[in-house]
Amino acid sequence: MSNKATGITDKPKGSGRASSSSIELRLPSRLGYEKVAMNTAASVARLMGFSDERVDDLKTAVAEACINAMEHGNKLDEGLSVGVILSMDANSLEVKVTDNGDGPKSKTDAPDIDKKMLGEEEARGMGMFLIQALVDEAEWVSSPPEGSYARMVIHLSNPAV
Amino acid sequence: MPELVTRVTVEELPAASGDPITVMRFSGDITSASQPAVIGTYEGLPDSVKRILLDFSKVEYLNSSGIALVIQMMIAASKKGQKINSFGLSPHFKKVFTMVGITKYTTLHEDEATACAAFE
Repeated sequence: MSNKATGITDKPKGSGRASSSSIELRLPSRLGYEKVAMNTAASVARLMGFSDERVDDLKTAVAEACINAMEHGNKLDEGLSVGVILSMDANSLEVKVTDNGDGPKSKTDAPDIDKKMLGEEEARGMGMFLIQALVDEAEWVSSPPEGSYARMVIHLSNPAV
Repeated sequence: MPELVTRVTVEELPAASGDPITVMRFSGDITSASQPAVIGTYEGLPDSVKRILLDFSKVEYLNSSGIALVIQMMIAASKKGQKINSFGLSPHFKKVFTMVGITKYTTLHEDEATACAAFE
């Protein structure tokens, strides 16, 4: 398990990556289109030399972040788009997923399968936990009225989780 | 890019001993749109079913909403006293299922033969 940086904040930390190149996508807030971001991120990660296992981790994390942005951030309003910004440098790949919402209010606690089985916890609600568990850095930044974003980073030097 | 339709086929396999095994073979995507396919198909099984085998080998995309449907199905199966085994998950989704704790309620097997044998 790699060292991780995670959290929910109202102040951006991860902007301004020096000497990086970037790719930007704008997706409609329509479920299914998260696969465009997922597959783009996977292509970039493979080009950078990430292992298949890390690429799979990133694919799930990016898909979950986009789904959260579409469902919770933009309330599935297809007039609002989800932004995906991939920034690459020599050793890491950062993915920011932006939406028009207020950002998540809840924490990223691990799901309790026993509570789910007993009906004491919703079966859904695992997306943020999975993102946090699968990438090296994860944070959720709330900055209304401009919107909010999830930021994820994987490092080439870190082994798979 | 629309989501791929979830397809579920159901078949019954004879067991070496005991109750037959009902196999639910999934293909396509398993997402929030899959409730009718996943839960609907499960609810259509007769109450006499005691052993259920989930085949994920043809699933192309699975997200947390799809995993939640699998959990919903396991909750219902637990209440009916049914046993669920699974096979066909990629190494990545085996890891994800383990992370969210599903492996406390279903065992993940490499292939169909091993999963069927585990019911005995």
